[in-house]
Amino acid sequence: MNKVKTLDDLRKMRETLRTTLDIREKSNHPEQMVQIRVSMATCGIAAGAKEIMNYFIEALDREKVDALVTQTGCMGYCYAEPTIEVAVPGKEPIVFGHVNKEKVDEIINRYIRQGELLDDIIPVTYTAIKPE
Amino acid sequence: MAQYSSYILVCGGTGCRASQSELILENLKEAVEQHGLQDTVQVIRTGCFGFCEKGPVVKMVPDNTFYVQVKPSDAEEIVLEHLIKGRKVERLLYVDPETNEQVPDSKHIDFYKKQLRIALRNCGFINPENIDEYIARDGYVALGKALTEMTPESVIKEIMDSGLRGRGGGGFPTGLKWQITRKVQAPQKYVVCNADEGDPGAFMDRSILEGDPHSIVEAMAINGYCTGANKGLVYIRAEYPLAVERLRIAIRQAKEYGLLGENIFGTDFSFDINIRYGAGAFVCGEETALIHSMEGLRGEATVKPPFPSEHGYKGCPTNVNNVETYANVPVILLRGAKWFSSIGTEKSKGTKVFALAGKVNNVGLIEVPMGTTLREVIFGIGGGIKDGKKFKAVQTGGPSGGCLTAKHLDLPIDYDNLLAAGSMMGSGGMIVMDEDDCMVAMAKFYLDFTVEESCGKCAPCRIGNKRLHEILQKITSGNGTIEDLNMLRNLAGVIKDTALCGLGQTSPNPVLSTMDNFYDEYLAHVEEQRCPSHQCRELTQYFINPEKCKGCTLCARICPVNAITGDRKVPHVIDPQTCIRCGSCIEKCKFGAIYVH
Amino acid sequence: METVKLIIDRRPVEVPKGTTILDAAKGMGIRIPTLCYMKLEDLHYENNPGACRICVVEIEGRRNLAPSCKTECTEGMVVRTHSPRVMNARKTVMELILSNHPAECLTCSSNGYCELQTIAHDLGIREIRYKGEMSTFQIDRSPSIVRNMNKCIMCRRCETMCNNIQTVGALTAVNRGFNAAVSTAFERDIAGSTCSYCGQCVSVCPVNALSGRNTQQPVLDAIADPDKIVIAQTAPAVRTALGRDFGFEPGTLVTGKMVSALRQLGFDYVFDTDFAADLTIMEEGTELLQRIGKYLNGDKKVKMPLMTSCCPGWVSFVEQHFPELRDNLSTAKSPQQMFGAIAKSYFAERLGVDRKRIVVVSIMPCLAKKYEASRPEFAVEGNPDVDISIYTRELARLIRYANINFTDLPDSDFDRPLGESTGAGVIFGTTGGVIEAACRTAYELYTKKPLPKLEFEELRGLEGIRSATIDFDGTPVKIGIAHGLGNARKLVEEVKNGTSPYHAIEIMACPGGCIGGGGQPFHQGRMEVLRKRAAALYQEDKNKTLRKSHENPYIQELYANYLGEPCGPRAHKLLHTHYFDRKEAVNMFIQENQEK
Repeated sequence: MNKVKTLDDLRKMRETLRTTLDIREKSNHPEQMVQIRVSMATCGIAAGAKEIMNYFIEALDREKVDALVTQTGCMGYCYAEPTIEVAVPGKEPIVFGHVNKEKVDEIINRYIRQGELLDDIIPVTYTAIKPE
Repeated sequence: MAQYSSYILVCGGTGCRASQSELILENLKEAVEQHGLQDTVQVIRTGCFGFCEKGPVVKMVPDNTFYVQVKPSDAEEIVLEHLIKGRKVERLLYVDPETNEQVPDSKHIDFYKKQLRIALRNCGFINPENIDEYIARDGYVALGKALTEMTPESVIKEIMDSGLRGRGGGGFPTGLKWQITRKVQAPQKYVVCNADEGDPGAFMDRSILEGDPHSIVEAMAINGYCTGANKGLVYIRAEYPLAVERLRIAIRQAKEYGLLGENIFGTDFSFDINIRYGAGAFVCGEETALIHSMEGLRGEATVKPPFPSEHGYKGCPTNVNNVETYANVPVILLRGAKWFSSIGTEKSKGTKVFALAGKVNNVGLIEVPMGTTLREVIFGIGGGIKDGKKFKAVQTGGPSGGCLTAKHLDLPIDYDNLLAAGSMMGSGGMIVMDEDDCMVAMAKFYLDFTVEESCGKCAPCRIGNKRLHEILQKITSGNGTIEDLNMLRNLAGVIKDTALCGLGQTSPNPVLSTMDNFYDEYLAHVEEQRCPSHQCRELTQYFINPEKCKGCTLCARICPVNAITGDRKVPHVIDPQTCIRCGSCIEKCKFGAIYVH
Repeated sequence: METVKLIIDRRPVEVPKGTTILDAAKGMGIRIPTLCYMKLEDLHYENNPGACRICVVEIEGRRNLAPSCKTECTEGMVVRTHSPRVMNARKTVMELILSNHPAECLTCSSNGYCELQTIAHDLGIREIRYKGEMSTFQIDRSPSIVRNMNKCIMCRRCETMCNNIQTVGALTAVNRGFNAAVSTAFERDIAGSTCSYCGQCVSVCPVNALSGRNTQQPVLDAIADPDKIVIAQTAPAVRTALGRDFGFEPGTLVTGKMVSALRQLGFDYVFDTDFAADLTIMEEGTELLQRIGKYLNGDKKVKMPLMTSCCPGWVSFVEQHFPELRDNLSTAKSPQQMFGAIAKSYFAERLGVDRKRIVVVSIMPCLAKKYEASRPEFAVEGNPDVDISIYTRELARLIRYANINFTDLPDSDFDRPLGESTGAGVIFGTTGGVIEAACRTAYELYTKKPLPKLEFEELRGLEGIRSATIDFDGTPVKIGIAHGLGNARKLVEEVKNGTSPYHAIEIMACPGGCIGGGGQPFHQGRMEVLRKRAAALYQEDKNKTLRKSHENPYIQELYANYLGEPCGPRAHKLLHTHYFDRKEAVNMFIQENQEK
């Protein structure tokens, strides 16, 4: 494990990480990988986020969609848990609420594959401060 | 197959639906088809845009044009003008009330700056179990900057200048606290993170720890650098297993990267963090009680002074800050005090996270700049009151706070305004009540909690709150008198005046504020033995309207105490003596024949 | 010294920085009522949790009222101690406390001594407006201490005493809110806790939530029984404090009146525990010399230092907290038990009666003595050597009960033979006294020379821990003394670590020794009271013609005619005992609970 010794180390590391990790902010990412974030705070998990995440991974596998599924913290939409965010390269990320297995299939087949939106997507109602 | 290039998003939130958004949706779909655009334009219904006061709302994607107060009849024009001719329908654009100018797209609508995520900046964005994602979003740069480019004094000055105040509820200036701890000379000092979130309904600290644990680790290290502490302790309730787990992972990863431990960033500053578990006592959120609990002693408050800054954990100077406070720290160092203090009101800077709950459509975790009004929060972000009911009150500050009413709706939220209005910021619980809520019962509900959670050390809190609760019980069961109301007020005042710690001093607030704002409800309970909201069971009576009752016998069969009698096809009757007012009959009756009075 | 100026009740005052408002007001003659607050001046301990909120005052510019016991004066402060706001708060809080306190003053043993009662009276409480649910705790009766938590007002003085001063750790607050109470670990009975029965918690309890176990009725029953020969033995400390209950100044010796009162109560014989103290010295002094002798001869197995065993609170403290050191305790029984053993053997034989006909009643300054008397090893075929032990305050109650005008009683002498004692037996009642008495005898037995000076001033005083080296004609004997179990713990830790420099250690569980015992009228932490009681004992010692235990002719006669040699076989059988490891029992309980 490389230790961070100086602030410059950290900054360099940050730049490298941004290019390899943060595909959402670079829409023309060469790998064209879809990124899916499942809100996995206590509230989301209680509403079934873990099962949904597992199902998503299975379904993507089955449908042979190249996507990266990760967990993240609370998005704030407690009324619509489980919530997931789907970032398709070149498009604004979309948040889907009340996600169940049927909806996962719909998201894969209709949104990721065909660019169709689904009813009841959750509009982002906030701005978050962006990194430097 | 359809190849959509444009989308029309129609708000399907409760508020907009009430003003015909469903019809707008239909009309838009129709117009799209009429113009043959169905393969390139998709019309869909979305969740609430949180902009209900200007609803119904329609948003065009990808250009983000935002149409407000749309009527079903506007559908044709939107499709024709916007999609076919490529011109915006100007009369439907949002007009900024400040500048009086039309705002072409949602990105520029002021409203969406209403929710500004600073403390929650990474929640929902990064994988909290991966330090790399935190670093990619500037993680630990603030710590590096502080350690290698700034003196502890200059960091403290930055925090002081930012105007950051304690987010745990007290609102004490954070920089000042750090400075006091720094000034005390001692061989060993501690930095503590108070993650003993105890307000019923508040969960922002948990969400931050679950969504962005590294921000806390980083901020605590910065705090250690400033105050001269090399040990950090996170006091977290054991009921937060996921937060604990993610925090553990974060600490471990930070150690692996050398961002915690010896000689961080090659400097002579070393810092380590340990976790201490709380058993979930509300009073342990009070810093002296918290420290006693960490020491393995009974979690109860002690009189201040001495303050923990001088005499804290194991007698050493200890700086205690809340999770949300810490979450703001790295950003302040990265963006500067000036930027931070440009957000908020004169005396309350930055943003505040609220857990919006109760009778509001969009319950959730929100973060707004200080100075946002209650109206904007409840009717904007919150999407208004559920089921179109009337707003009655909002309780801020949890069981320590007070309730605010319609006359406070335009009050800009900050520490001082809330205090002046008889409530407090607290840790950020915000519970909205509608016309169906009885304010006396509400006060009793909060007292239930405080009576349970009092540590029992000082007499006014231990016995006084119990007696307050008993008087409220008497009133809500119809046995109260005017004299009880006087006694209630006197006792509440004395508890506030004499209790030892913050818990006791604020515990009568729900009683006092409801008495101030809803005295008529109290009067109705004691003078007429009537609960205007029909919430106090002992004061309500169930009746069957013989005109509506068809004698189907369903209610009689469902009644758990056999209080309902009547022959088939003959109107039934409820025996008030036997009835326990459980409400099962009302739920079951298909004819709306049963009513409460 | 830095001072601050402030105004209290419209009067300016200047006090040293750091003075509390309470103390500043006190200095001006303003008496702010306090309830939980307790200052044990000379023990250097304050109980000021700021919990009762009775002492609140109004400070100009402060949002809420301030507890005067915990708030320091600051420059320019303006304080009101009896403004309408303060008085309303104080009365309301008092009503709250009273609303959860049984109104059974008339039948309460603290009636007339209760601090809650006094304050309620001073505040003029005439009704309790805030009534409601009251606590319902089971009353816990141990051999020595009775806990009635329904009366507890959560002042936490007992906790301070038990944990901070005595370091026994038996009492702590448990539960929350209205259900909060002072209790033991796992809310066991006192008898199953680590309590040593020192009774200091009882001393400081302002309201009788903690009290000594009442055994006055069995005494009256025994006296009324014509078949029984009822014998009283009175401990030395009792005579220094009993007078307080009848209006005498602290430290007034009332020995003669006490003896008369006991006769009037109907005791058949009134003897003196001091006699048994002389006997203890003979045994313990001999044991000390034997151990020192062996030790100086290089015997590695001998347990040094020798620790005194007169104090039952201390003995159970060792058994529970330091069982590994129980062999350091002198095997000599305490004077109370030696007396019982002799009364029911030697004296019974002299009277020619069966021991079962004799009832020995001890009058002690102590609650632990009740427990000691009940220990099974101090009985023969189920008949205890000491049948009943009552404490000083109980004797005062009995005297009142029997319509005895104590103040006007003539003085009278103890009966013989078990009432005769030397000055050495008398000073047993104060810290340092046992070891001084032992030194007087051991010195002469060891050196075979008369003591040049009887008073060992270096062993006296009220410092918590004292030490001295006594020159036994060329052999230096190092003595350590501690009173109060907290101080004792420090000395015992040294013994445990093998760093103790002493040959002998005297320990008394209560601050001041028996004169400050849990059964005495409470000294409120005022050491002047203890000093006066100690002075009274030293005075009585000085007034005696015989001041060395081995010179007591009745002791000599007892050995010559009955016991044989000190520490000899018969003495060993009657006057020595053994100790138990009681830590095991406590640990086992904790383990069981953890497994559950």
